[in-house]
Amino acid sequence: MDFSGIVPAIPGLWNGMLMTLKLMAMGVVGGIVLGTILALMRLSPSKWMSRIAGAYVNYFRSIPLLLVITWFYLAVPFVLRWITGEDTPVGAFTSCVVAFMMFEAAYFCEIVRAGVQSISRGQMGAAQALGMTYGQMMRLIILPQAFRKMTPLLLQQSIILFQDTSLVYTVGLVDFLNSARASGDIIGRSNEFLVIAGLVYFTISFAASRLVKLMQKRLAV
Amino acid sequence: MRIVPHILGVAIAAAALISTPVSAAELTGTLKKINDSGTITLGHRDSSIPFSYIADASGKPVGYSHDIQLAIVEAIKKDLNKPDLKVNYNLVTSQTRIPLVQNGTVDVECGSTTNNAERAQQVDFSVGIFEIGTRLLTKTGSSYNDFDDLKGKNVVTTAGTTSERIIKAMNADKQMGMNVISAKDHGESFQMLESGRAVAFMMDDALLAGEMAKAKKPTDWHVTGTPQSYEIYGCMVRKDDPAFKKAVDDAIVGLYKSGEINKIYAKWFTQPIPPKGLNLEFPMSPELKKLIENPNDKPAPEKKA
Amino acid sequence: MNYNWDWGVFFKSTGVGTETYLDWYVSGLGWTIGISIVAWIIALILGSVLGVMRTVPNRIVSTIATVYVEIFRNVPLLVQLFIWYFLVPDLLPENLQEWYKQDLNPTTSAFLSVVVCLGLFTAARVCEQVRTGIQALPRGQESAARAMGFKLPQIYWNVLLPQAYRIIIPPLTSEFLNVFKNSSVASLIGLMELLAQTKQTAEFSANLFEAFTLATLIYFTLNMSLMLLMRLIEKKVAVPGLISVGGK
Repeated sequence: MDFSGIVPAIPGLWNGMLMTLKLMAMGVVGGIVLGTILALMRLSPSKWMSRIAGAYVNYFRSIPLLLVITWFYLAVPFVLRWITGEDTPVGAFTSCVVAFMMFEAAYFCEIVRAGVQSISRGQMGAAQALGMTYGQMMRLIILPQAFRKMTPLLLQQSIILFQDTSLVYTVGLVDFLNSARASGDIIGRSNEFLVIAGLVYFTISFAASRLVKLMQKRLAV
Repeated sequence: MRIVPHILGVAIAAAALISTPVSAAELTGTLKKINDSGTITLGHRDSSIPFSYIADASGKPVGYSHDIQLAIVEAIKKDLNKPDLKVNYNLVTSQTRIPLVQNGTVDVECGSTTNNAERAQQVDFSVGIFEIGTRLLTKTGSSYNDFDDLKGKNVVTTAGTTSERIIKAMNADKQMGMNVISAKDHGESFQMLESGRAVAFMMDDALLAGEMAKAKKPTDWHVTGTPQSYEIYGCMVRKDDPAFKKAVDDAIVGLYKSGEINKIYAKWFTQPIPPKGLNLEFPMSPELKKLIENPNDKPAPEKKA
Repeated sequence: MNYNWDWGVFFKSTGVGTETYLDWYVSGLGWTIGISIVAWIIALILGSVLGVMRTVPNRIVSTIATVYVEIFRNVPLLVQLFIWYFLVPDLLPENLQEWYKQDLNPTTSAFLSVVVCLGLFTAARVCEQVRTGIQALPRGQESAARAMGFKLPQIYWNVLLPQAYRIIIPPLTSEFLNVFKNSSVASLIGLMELLAQTKQTAEFSANLFEAFTLATLIYFTLNMSLMLLMRLIEKKVAVPGLISVGGK
């Protein structure tokens, strides 16, 4: 093992890490927004809404993320061309972000749904008695409380996504793992860079999950 | 039969001479897209040494095919009268390069892509930019010097390449009992060879020479074996877009006519290259010289050794 | 538009030997199932041992299990796979290394890397479920068993584990389904499982949409059937009076 090649590679690795964080952040934000919409659909009184959201969640939870990433990467530009009629360049980055958002939404949906259901039914009854609509009740009463309760779970899921972003390796997007692989490969030191990559991922995920645990204790009512 | 490409070559060269900047009104397809968006997206590889690869932490591609690609960009800037055309890079692999050109993600891909009849149904190829033979990389002094020595052995190749198809078919036809490993890219293939997981790496000879260049000890390895096919590399563009293909062809033929191509060739094949400063010492083959004299976009003729 | 739809593509010859594309899918599915089952057995056994270790009244033992869980949960699966596939063989002793690298069929060695990787990765998660299951049992159970003169192994084997397994069936099911989905990473080290065969079909036939649609259908159907099956089993073996501890 010879780790002397690491230092000159640090700028490249840093760029890779920025890409990883960007992918995660966009996946989390988009996933939570879409996931919340899906959760509200699932809980809504309309049977059809609830069925559509249910089908969406079941679909994305039963196929591998790696399949979704590959599929989206190759297919999304074709689909866009059918819709818009012209070439729409969609790079690896965009297609991966979309894949993460749509995939994670299925998981976030379940978290949000559980969070909403954990709020006592009496509150919903009270809101209805006050004459609030479904939308008002969710926005003003239920969701603010639910989000407070489920923050730790949402953060845990985000840490999982942080690790899962490494799957963009398959489409050649240069995230942290891919930049470590490439920098190692070009100087014939793949194994050393692999070890470094593992250590960095571990340190970040471990520290983050510790923080979440601390927060969970503080948030507990 | 040799006369056909010759005539075609002359025709293309003539076309190159009389071509003038096209006016915006008549733009179609990719040229229109490039003109409207002000950006062109180039496909590049990460470990196709010395054609298109990433040599340092900057993440920018370099290489023989990449230099040709940059010349194409310069020509298109002139054609469209857009000196500030923005260039995007999109990394492709052997398995993703064709779909990405088809689906509009990448406008032009110059890497190490063989022009063959089957691929030509999916994409269009520019005039040829290189000619290779598919051969083996093995340990110097080992007993594996040709394909017949590989019976029952582990052989690695890169997924999505012509070599993968050739060796899988050979294995089935001749019942050689080889274990063919398909690695994701040339870098991983070479890692399998170098770590002893495979006794030979089948690939295009120039790429094999490039892989040797980054070995811990390049002299441990040699390119050997009877070529199983001769292939011509081309740049890929979307199918049925004659105006854009012509712009690409004209740019490449321009390099050939001006002799600029010899400088680019020398830079990557007979001089030290990054990242380790090794000289591939890979002189220009007579076939490539012929191709440069008579540029054409035909696949290599079927000639099996 | 330059895309030619052809749903009959799966019955066409691939050009390699006499195989059709459908043959590729069948063999790919075989590998996917094989990887999932072997990895799951490893995960279940190791995960149970670790889960028990985390709950025993011995600091050193429970710390070892905790460290294991933290390491295997905080490194991405793909990094772990590359370590098992590329790095670990280089660390074997000389003669073992030679055998592993040269005499062993490369598909076998890729298979070994994947099942060990997935098995050990999932064990960390199974461990947490088993621990939750054990801790969810009323403490009286353990005390009662102790009062009856049971030794610690007997308490676990005869009293705690049988009940714990029954209440953690739902989370274990979702862990198994995760193994099944995660097995697709094997495609990244050249093992020709379902996803790899799909990509190869898309590339050889140029019928991208058909190839990926079929793969999606296969994953979806298998996943749904397994889920329904496990729900039936769960009802059958439910412990009366104890609600299941679902979730993560």
